[in-house]
Amino acid sequence: MSEFLISITPIEWLLDPLTHDFMRRALMVSALVGGVCGLLSCYMTLKGWALMGDAVSHAVMPGVVVAYALGLPFSLGAFVFGVGSVALIGFVKQKSRIKEDTVIGLVFTGFFALGLVLVSKIKSNIDLMQILFGSPLGISRSDVNQTLIISFIVISILLIFRKDLMLYCFDAKHARSIGINTGILHYLLLTLLSLSAVVGLQTVGIILVVAMLITPGATAYLLTDRFDKMTLLAVISSSFSSILGVYISYWSDIETGGSIVLVQTLIFLIAFLFAPRYGIFKNKTFINNN
Amino acid sequence: MNPIFKSHEKDFMRIEADQVCVDYNGTVALYDASLNLKAGSICGLVGMNGAGKSTFFKALMGFVRPSRGKIRINGMKVNQAQKEQSVAYVPQNEGIDYSFPVSVWDVVMMGRYGAMNIFRIPRESDRRAVVHALERVDLLDLRERPIGSLSGGQRKRAFLARAIAQRASVLLLDEPFSGVDVPTEKLMAELFLQFRQEGHTILISTHDLNHVRDFCDFVVLINKTVLAYGETSEVFTSENLNKTFGGIPPNPLSGPTSSKDFINE
Repeated sequence: MSEFLISITPIEWLLDPLTHDFMRRALMVSALVGGVCGLLSCYMTLKGWALMGDAVSHAVMPGVVVAYALGLPFSLGAFVFGVGSVALIGFVKQKSRIKEDTVIGLVFTGFFALGLVLVSKIKSNIDLMQILFGSPLGISRSDVNQTLIISFIVISILLIFRKDLMLYCFDAKHARSIGINTGILHYLLLTLLSLSAVVGLQTVGIILVVAMLITPGATAYLLTDRFDKMTLLAVISSSFSSILGVYISYWSDIETGGSIVLVQTLIFLIAFLFAPRYGIFKNKTFINNN
Repeated sequence: MNPIFKSHEKDFMRIEADQVCVDYNGTVALYDASLNLKAGSICGLVGMNGAGKSTFFKALMGFVRPSRGKIRINGMKVNQAQKEQSVAYVPQNEGIDYSFPVSVWDVVMMGRYGAMNIFRIPRESDRRAVVHALERVDLLDLRERPIGSLSGGQRKRAFLARAIAQRASVLLLDEPFSGVDVPTEKLMAELFLQFRQEGHTILISTHDLNHVRDFCDFVVLINKTVLAYGETSEVFTSENLNKTFGGIPPNPLSGPTSSKDFINE
């Protein structure tokens, strides 16, 4: 592989994949999905909803299978089960004495198991591996359209309610005290989580989509003390990871979802070690001057 | 600078609580609590931990729904008063994540959200209100600092500034003096007196009896219900205080400053 890489110039490395229709599509979708998930990841990490992200992304599994079997857009099925799992988590928590993290773990594994059983029982051309690990290189045109529409919805809502959601994550009590309906914001954020999980699983699959929903936010959180800058950094690092991940996957013939998430993790590690203020090897003069 | 209150607000009692009862799943936390506060007064809400102070506050802010009774702020229902930005609440802030990436300025600006449009884009008037609020708590120089880099006293002042920026006529302060340094305590006490001058109505929950004596016109003694209510000089008798603190007589001079020692439930 290394010999192969040496034989091409960086320009070729960048441009050659763009000659293929499927690669252009994969790069565009991955970058977009990276941006959407990166934006939302700020709210997930600040609100402490990493486990919730994990839960919702796994819980959409049976929805995807049922939608495929019925010939419906798979995002619809995924969305219904994503929101359904959240509602069920809330219900079980309220009606029993079990702690929330236990309820979350319980519900999402149940849904995920149901999905696995359905795949094995419903005879169709569902590719289990594609659902579990994503396949941006094989994404169909109709899937691209679904992704575009959902991304547009998520980005619009996040931009409109940016400040309210930020306030909700920071100080929900204050939000209530100035007359903001925090109940609506809570479910709005959960809905956005379900929608983002739906688009995220296209590129990296159900198992790794939670990385898309927390890693960029965590990385950005180490780099800044400003919310606006944090969202910007998260979107950039997430989109960049997606694009680079797809390129590496193309040239090295490795699994795309894993490649994207590994790039994200590497960027996080760099921030973890070298972030000016919050890294392990932080710049001492920078801190003293502030 | 006098905040301009809406003209109709003058005609009403600022805070009106009538026979308010709150219970949590059948356990009574507060019963028959009544209170009437007019404009330009400071009222201390005094009671042990668990006596229902926080519950009363929560009821006044609409965080818990009373099972019985009526609450009006400036003659409006609580949620209406909140939408009109008539009431500002300064909580104790135990639940705040101080590593949240917001600056002091951002936090104080949150006091203006309710007055902004859906996109929450600050107008010039919002910025002026924030500058003014920061000046009053003496934090203008630190406005660019992350909220987490402030000291405990400075944080308290920042959240007080957020309430000031709201320009509400009614202020509810939950234990504002707990865990603050001496300069902050002095600054806040002076501010409260200024607010009264400007026509604000302030309800302060505290278990430091000195503060009540120093600047509260009225006092409410509470233990599951309102035991006594009226002008501080009349209500603040050792007999009443004994009732309030469950027969454990607090030192009438210093008050139960280390109340946690004997009030822990």
